[in-house]
Amino acid sequence: MAKKVYGRPKSLKENIFHYCPGCGHSIAHRLIAEVIDELNIRGITIGVPPAGCAVLAYNYFDFDMIEAPHGRGPAMATGIKRILPDRVVFSYQGDGDLAAIGIAESIHAANRGENITVIFINNAVYGMTGGQMAPTTILEQKTTTTPVGRHKTLDGYPLKVCELFSLLKGVTYVERCTVTSPANINKTRKAIKKAFQCQLDSQGFSLVEILSPCPTNWKMMPIDACKWIDEVMSKEFPLGVFKGNITPEKKIAEVV
Amino acid sequence: MNKVLMSGNNIIGEAAIRAGCRFYAGYPITPQNELTEYMADHMRNTPGGVFIQSESEIAAINMIAGASAAGARVMTSSSSPGISLKQEGISSMAACELPGIIVNIMRGGPGLGNIRPSQGDYFQATRGGGHGDYRTIVFAPATCQELADLTMDAFDLADKYRSPVMILADGMMGQMMEPVVFKKPKARVYSEKFILRGAGTGKSKFIRGLILDAIDMEEHNWKLARKYKIITENEIRYEEHQLEDADLVIVAYGTAARIAKGAIKRLRDNGMKVGLFRPITLWPFPELNLRALSAKVKNFLVFEMSTGQMLDDVRLSLQGYAHIDFHGRPGGAVPTPSELANVIARNYDKND
Repeated sequence: MAKKVYGRPKSLKENIFHYCPGCGHSIAHRLIAEVIDELNIRGITIGVPPAGCAVLAYNYFDFDMIEAPHGRGPAMATGIKRILPDRVVFSYQGDGDLAAIGIAESIHAANRGENITVIFINNAVYGMTGGQMAPTTILEQKTTTTPVGRHKTLDGYPLKVCELFSLLKGVTYVERCTVTSPANINKTRKAIKKAFQCQLDSQGFSLVEILSPCPTNWKMMPIDACKWIDEVMSKEFPLGVFKGNITPEKKIAEVV
Repeated sequence: MNKVLMSGNNIIGEAAIRAGCRFYAGYPITPQNELTEYMADHMRNTPGGVFIQSESEIAAINMIAGASAAGARVMTSSSSPGISLKQEGISSMAACELPGIIVNIMRGGPGLGNIRPSQGDYFQATRGGGHGDYRTIVFAPATCQELADLTMDAFDLADKYRSPVMILADGMMGQMMEPVVFKKPKARVYSEKFILRGAGTGKSKFIRGLILDAIDMEEHNWKLARKYKIITENEIRYEEHQLEDADLVIVAYGTAARIAKGAIKRLRDNGMKVGLFRPITLWPFPELNLRALSAKVKNFLVFEMSTGQMLDDVRLSLQGYAHIDFHGRPGGAVPTPSELANVIARNYDKND
């Protein structure tokens, strides 16, 4: 009899993703759901989806969710986690959400060492609104608001979230990965699992950045989008663990 | 319960904690800092209590939204410019039907304005404030005792209607000290089905304000509108002061109403029959109660510490059935009872 080696994660609903072909969101969703199943935490998980393409994440994830206004996920997650410290709380944010409009909420939640997890999808554009320049758009990259390419003097530089957040004392675990190949997808799953485990162990703030293809707004075929991440984007945003000093003494103090 | 002497800002904090508030987030801004400091001092000594000094007003309102969804009684506070920043979250809480208390200790505006008492945020408070088709219940306390009572009631109404409730006072109310008796809070009534605690082994829930389908969004708006109609039918509060024989009625709320009472005493000492109609809920506005007064009184004077905002609601209420005058001092200028009495006395005989 055939042995079942793979199935749909229990933490995903039966709905079909609305994401474009080749989009990284669906892979990231599946990985999160798989990790939540593996850790057996579906019943205690509360997710905070963002404004952006993943705004309908509650149509796909089968655990409790509450939508946050644009950029405010970490503030909302802070409120939830402080009231329910034994639940697993994560926010799911895009580059505009985390690194532009919500940079204050994100940095301060991180710096307070909130015991939450942030899954950060970096696709270097505002996807849902039609491909405008994001804080993580790389120099020379063309978007609808940088039609001749991002100009360092006029538009500034790409913002490096992992590098920035790993400097903060409240932050415990930071890793950047991507979903461009089966090997990279496996690494991303491990990173997400480590981040959730970090929270389960009350170790403090964890963040996993996922370089994610957006073929529609990059105006590329999906395979070329993956190639662009591997060959261009990951040069600007190198993959790897930026902070992972998970030690028992790092445990955050109980909130009195 | 003994009387205690406390300042307005501290009274709000104490009443909130007694009412079961267990999550407070705030950001420093004058003239409400004593409230944030009171919560810092007392919340973390209260079992299950959380105090966070947030990085911004925007973060504070979204923190309380999260904590509210997670089942806590929640509050944030600020003053005028900070309340402008909170509007995104207030609109979102109204959309997501999350209960929570927002305290606005108003100061002079627009812009950064000043830190003097003012009533310039009436429009913002009573018209929803943020974007979209929504309302918030707005309490306008005029005494320290009312600050205590209405703060406790605000938590009950926020739960009852699953809606943000605003307490609209000003720098004068926040800073003044008066003796106060804290009433016994009611037990909380709030259904578990509206709280996110993780799905357990059951069905997952989600809370959202984004409804892409126009017909579904329309129905959500009508659902909120039906709720607001019920609030309007059930929650109006106002005070009538010396109206029995009045031939001129001052309409004022909050600090302005206190000044009006002082003016009325002076005017009556001089034989002028003046009374006060004081809305306690600014939304819902006591429209019909005010209109009923116009059957026997034909002269009204709206008095506000603004250029005339509640004036619109008084006009809408009286619908031309009576003559309306206005006296206002915006920008943080607080008139004395004598000033108001003089203004009224000058015009009193011109009315008939």
